[in-house]
Amino acid sequence: MSLLKSREALLGGAILVLLVLIASRFPGFVAPDNLVRVFTDTSPLLILALGQTVVILTRCIDLSVAANLALTGMVCAMLNAALPGLPVAVILVVAVALGAVMGMVNGLLVWTLSIPSIVVTLGTMTIYRGIIFLISNGAWVNAHEMSDAFTGFPRASILGLPVLAWFGILAAVGMMVMISRTPLGRAFYAVGGNPHAAVYTGISVGKTQFWAFTLSGALAGLCGYLWVARYAVAYVDIAGGFELEVVAACVIGGISIAGGAGTILGTILGALFLGIVKNALPVVDVSPFWQMAISGTAIIVAVTLNNRNSKGKGRIILRRAQDQASEGATV
Amino acid sequence: MKLTRRLFGGAAMATALMAGSMAHADDPVRIALVVKALGIGFFEAAAKGAEEAAAELGNVEVIYTGPTTTTAEGQIEVINALIAQQVDAIAISSNDTDALVPALKKAMQRGITVISWDSGVAPEGRELHLNPSSNPLIGNMILKLAADELPEGGKVALLSATTTSTNQNIWIEEMTKVLGDYKGIEVVGTVYGDDLADKSYREATGLMQTYPDLDAIIAPTSVGIVAAARAVEDAGKVGEVNVTGLGLPSEMAGAIESGASKSFAIWNPIDLGYSATMLAYQLATDAAEAAPGAEIPMGRMGTLTLDENTEGAMADPFVYDETNIDDFKDIF
Repeated sequence: MSLLKSREALLGGAILVLLVLIASRFPGFVAPDNLVRVFTDTSPLLILALGQTVVILTRCIDLSVAANLALTGMVCAMLNAALPGLPVAVILVVAVALGAVMGMVNGLLVWTLSIPSIVVTLGTMTIYRGIIFLISNGAWVNAHEMSDAFTGFPRASILGLPVLAWFGILAAVGMMVMISRTPLGRAFYAVGGNPHAAVYTGISVGKTQFWAFTLSGALAGLCGYLWVARYAVAYVDIAGGFELEVVAACVIGGISIAGGAGTILGTILGALFLGIVKNALPVVDVSPFWQMAISGTAIIVAVTLNNRNSKGKGRIILRRAQDQASEGATV
Repeated sequence: MKLTRRLFGGAAMATALMAGSMAHADDPVRIALVVKALGIGFFEAAAKGAEEAAAELGNVEVIYTGPTTTTAEGQIEVINALIAQQVDAIAISSNDTDALVPALKKAMQRGITVISWDSGVAPEGRELHLNPSSNPLIGNMILKLAADELPEGGKVALLSATTTSTNQNIWIEEMTKVLGDYKGIEVVGTVYGDDLADKSYREATGLMQTYPDLDAIIAPTSVGIVAAARAVEDAGKVGEVNVTGLGLPSEMAGAIESGASKSFAIWNPIDLGYSATMLAYQLATDAAEAAPGAEIPMGRMGTLTLDENTEGAMADPFVYDETNIDDFKDIF
């Protein structure tokens, strides 16, 4: 019963219905090859949404992810253009490290200066985009300036799946384990669910938010390389407006904007839902004027469902304490 | 102080004017090529074309100049300096249609020939404007590029920028007008990539799925054409689907190399600089007059016909393919 009501089951059902609908108009869409392609295409969105999820869980929002992605991507592309012999592994490390540093800047501002995260990341978003212009002078880094190893890595196939898709899967699994099995994972929920209670249990709210931003930044940095390598082009405006799609994936997945509620599985399904819609719209012959309206409607429906769900109680992170509390009540 | 300066200034100008009229025969015609900003590959290439024109004409000195940043203020300073130097002609690619008009008017009052090219100035601030191409020529060219690779006819699709992009919509409209001239070419659909790499990529992939026998994708936008070429490469359809349209050589070099794109077009900056210099020379030496309907020769580029706004289109967009891409990919 609770499974039927759960948001994840609902969303999973919606995705299946969506696939059936698409298949009725364009059967080729559900061919295994194509589904792999769709998943691969959705992977950057998925990875960013996972990072965004932990940020939103702590009652914050990170609007700088797309700018972070673009800046890291530009740095990677310029590195590759300048030093074509640099191994991809080094570039990956640089990407993740640079992304993490940018996330830390957000986190530090939110933590130490207590500025609302929407303001901080709105600012850093513009700053990061501006830095891309400064380092590149507005010029593009093009396909013929990148090495084959650089652009080939996300496409390389391991066990039938492109590396890009594997990164999506690894990030999802890693994040699930981190959220459910580590103190930090539980701290994200605690901080978002009830900051005052979190302080009393010895969790630093600011520090937890700092780590959330760092994690989101590191994942955005990783995506920066993957994105630039995939499309084989880097310029100032790449992934423009992508941060809103990332937030949308989280919201559709049931992550409450008010913080503290939602699951990683929800985010994964939310990202997949958006990814399927984005990939299906071009083939089902829907007027481009309708495409944005359809994506928008999905978000509104999801938020409405969220609102109804959030009337329930918060997530219980200490089962034993609750048992004691209920015992106390009966006595 | 003010009075003396004005006196001296007046005297200096009088001498300069006299000198100008006296030494007409021997002194070279000095043509200033003013660009949006220095250090941009596109304009460096235009300067190369201007030098070519100067060499052809003989008695011409080209002054290639411009501000360091793409601002109207910077260009006004440059124009004032050129007026002080008493050049014979200014050919400018402007950073602002209206802001440069007063400075350029002043130049024209001093007897300097002023024309604009590439990016125009309002009609009162120049004698003529040279457009790199015209909408009908572009519309025709993008279709021709696709049709040339399809002698038996075939299916082509359009990948545009946004649904509201004025340029793209006009070009597509012009292309549709000449569709009848190309037998067997069928336009199966138009999709919009919003000038975003990822959306354009997805739309191009969608096109190939929806129309498995698609022969060409025409993308009259520089972001779209690059993304479409990448999508064709990733789908393993190089050789089956030809990507063409408007793009920049530096951005398209990879796609030409992989074969995803056989050819594409964009205006040639060398020709543009060449033509601008030729036109400026014709007007400065009074060999031609800029009036509506006038036809002014511009050397190897043919003649420029001016419309009622004294604007003219240089030529068809220049076609880039594997034979010439290497000469241009480092330029712009």
